[in-house]
This record gives sequence, C-alpha cells and structure tokens, in this order.
Amino acid sequence: MAVDEGLKGEVQKQGVYVTTWDELVNWGRSSSIWPLQFGLACCAIEMISTAASRFDIARFGSEIFRASPRQADLMIVAGTVTKKMAPQVVRLYNQMAEPKYVISMGACATSGGPFHKGYNVLRGIDRYIPVDVYIPGCPPTPEALLEGLMTLQKRIKERSMSSAVERKQNEYEIPEFGEAGLEPRYNPNIFKPLTHPIQQFASAKPTSPIQTPPAPGSS
Amino acid sequence: MLPPAEELKAAIERGVPGTVVTLDGPALYLEPQALLPVCRFLKSHPEYQLDYASNVTAVDYPPDPAGGGAGRIEMVYHLFSMAKKHGPVAIKVKLPRDNPRVPSLVPVYRGAEFQEREVFDLYGVQFDGHPDLRRILMWDGFQGYPMRKDYVPENQDAPA
Repeated sequence: MAVDEGLKGEVQKQGVYVTTWDELVNWGRSSSIWPLQFGLACCAIEMISTAASRFDIARFGSEIFRASPRQADLMIVAGTVTKKMAPQVVRLYNQMAEPKYVISMGACATSGGPFHKGYNVLRGIDRYIPVDVYIPGCPPTPEALLEGLMTLQKRIKERSMSSAVERKQNEYEIPEFGEAGLEPRYNPNIFKPLTHPIQQFASAKPTSPIQTPPAPGSS
Repeated sequence: MLPPAEELKAAIERGVPGTVVTLDGPALYLEPQALLPVCRFLKSHPEYQLDYASNVTAVDYPPDPAGGGAGRIEMVYHLFSMAKKHGPVAIKVKLPRDNPRVPSLVPVYRGAEFQEREVFDLYGVQFDGHPDLRRILMWDGFQGYPMRKDYVPENQDAPA
C-alpha cells in the first residue's frame, strides 16, 4: 500500500514523516545489495573497476563484495561460463541466502557471446539458474553495470517485502559432466530454447570465405 | 646468435647420426623417433643451449574434401635458449591422424608436461613416456578431441 504523495508532502512540512513498512524495508534492502565476489572472465575486470573509486559502486550500497555465498544477496555472473565452471556457479547460487538475485553481465553470461558455437562454453547461465537482469555488452561498461544494478534496485522497490520473502528460489539442479557437454543441457523448468529461424545459423553455409550466407528463407 | 636453418640441419645430422631433417622455411621437420635425441643434442650443445621449450602444440590438417590424402597432425615445438638469449627453433613432426604417437619431451624438458597434456586433451596425440597423460582442460569422461577440425560440438538446444 503506497502513501499518497501529496499527503506525504503536506505532513512532511509539519515535521511528520509518513511511510510504509514495505517502503522502509525495501529502501534498506535495495540500498545494501551485497554481491558475491567472483568473476569468470574479462567482464570481471569491468566489475572490479565498477567497485573502484572512479565509478564507485559504494554510491549504491553494493560495495561489500562477499567472498562467501552465505552472506551475498546478488550474484553477478561476470564473464564466460564454461561448461566446466557451470556446475560450480549453480552450486554457489544454491548456497546463497534468500532472497537472492542474479545479474547476467555481458554477452557471454547471457548467451555464450562470441563463443556460442564452441565446444566448451555454456550458452547462457539462464539455462540453469533464473536471471533477474541481463546486461548487454562485450564487456559492458561500468556505467552499464551500474544501470543494471539500478534496474534491480527498482525491481526490489516495486515488490512488497512479504512477496520477496515468500518467493523462495530454493535450489536448482546442478548439471553433471557428460560425454560432449553438461547433462541435462538446460533446466527445462526455467529455460526454453528459442525456435526463431535466426537461431538456425548452421544451416546457411558460405561457399567461399568471402561470400556471406543468404538470409534464412530467402533462397 | 642462432645459425640459419640450413646450418642447424647440417649440425643436427652430424651430431645425431642417422637423423634426416627436412627443411620448410625456418621449420625443421623430424621423424618421431628422432625427436628425443635431437632435442637432447640441441639442449646440450654448447653453442645452442636450447634449454627452454616455450611452446608445445599441434595443428590438425584434415583430409582434403576433394580427395587428397588422409590428412595429418603436426606437432610444433618452439625451443628457446635462456642462457644464450636466442630462439626460437621451430621443430615439427608429422603424425598420422588415425593413430598419432610421438615420444614425450618431458624427460628432456620438464615444462612440456602440461602442454603435452593439453595437446593430448584437444588433439588426441599419444605421448609415449609421459608421466601423467590425462585430460587437463576438459573433464574425465569427455569424448573426442574438440580441436580437431572434424569435431562437431553438441547442439545445446537439443531437448534434455
């Protein structure tokens, strides 16, 4: 339940501050999102500079990077998630305390990025854990990471505290190593592969290296 | 300073009797069984003192789709000298694609151990005499050698 803004301003002039429990708690929660301290690739360098003095993530209350998942609220998946690393990332997510949030930072963590045709890179961490905010870029600038953090803060403020407490993420299945990749390839409960023709990139092959492939369905 | 490749070839063929070195530009092609004695020779030679294997890798040349040959895997070694501050000497060994076997360089250069494990992991080259030949980047139980040109990665969008 929100307080009427006009009324709030009116009584504030008289020295009375009116707020709601949700607003107060969410203000506190969104201003102290402690990220988990881990980086996977070059995006981590941008994350580190975001934490340093020039960009100063402390302005948003997120300067305390915790080295333990038990004390972290936010997982910034900063960089390429290889198939070998993915089970550990899911395990760390499972160990985080509720309520917990995930930012997928950069093209690699979101979709595999430039490595999406490779044999060793997971095509997006959202195959195994739920992602709250995706940040595009390769790598995203520190400003983009702060924008993502502000988006997450806005989301936290929009929902009531009780709904955040009730929305348990619980644990997600940790994939196992298979013969060619992880098993299962994705968690079907939270991820559906795209069926858009743009995904079928392998069907159009150039006949010579300088010839570009025709657009799907044009020939 | 290192001598030109022709002189190096002549020195190797004098120093290690029975060795045939084929030149291709600056690269010295060796037979697999000649690799260890030649590396020992180059490492202990007072003028060369090539005491450092900076790079051990492989290249996959798949069969020509037009029907030209069976393809090959080439081992590539780059040797430097820390004592003499010179290098590299590029040594290559041609191996068959279906059963690539080459003696391990670990008895001569201890630092080759992890690089040979990587070549085994990604190209499937067997190193005879390697102390601990197992996968290093991919996990145990991974099938195939992903850096070979004919390796097809899995479709991650296929139903689980």
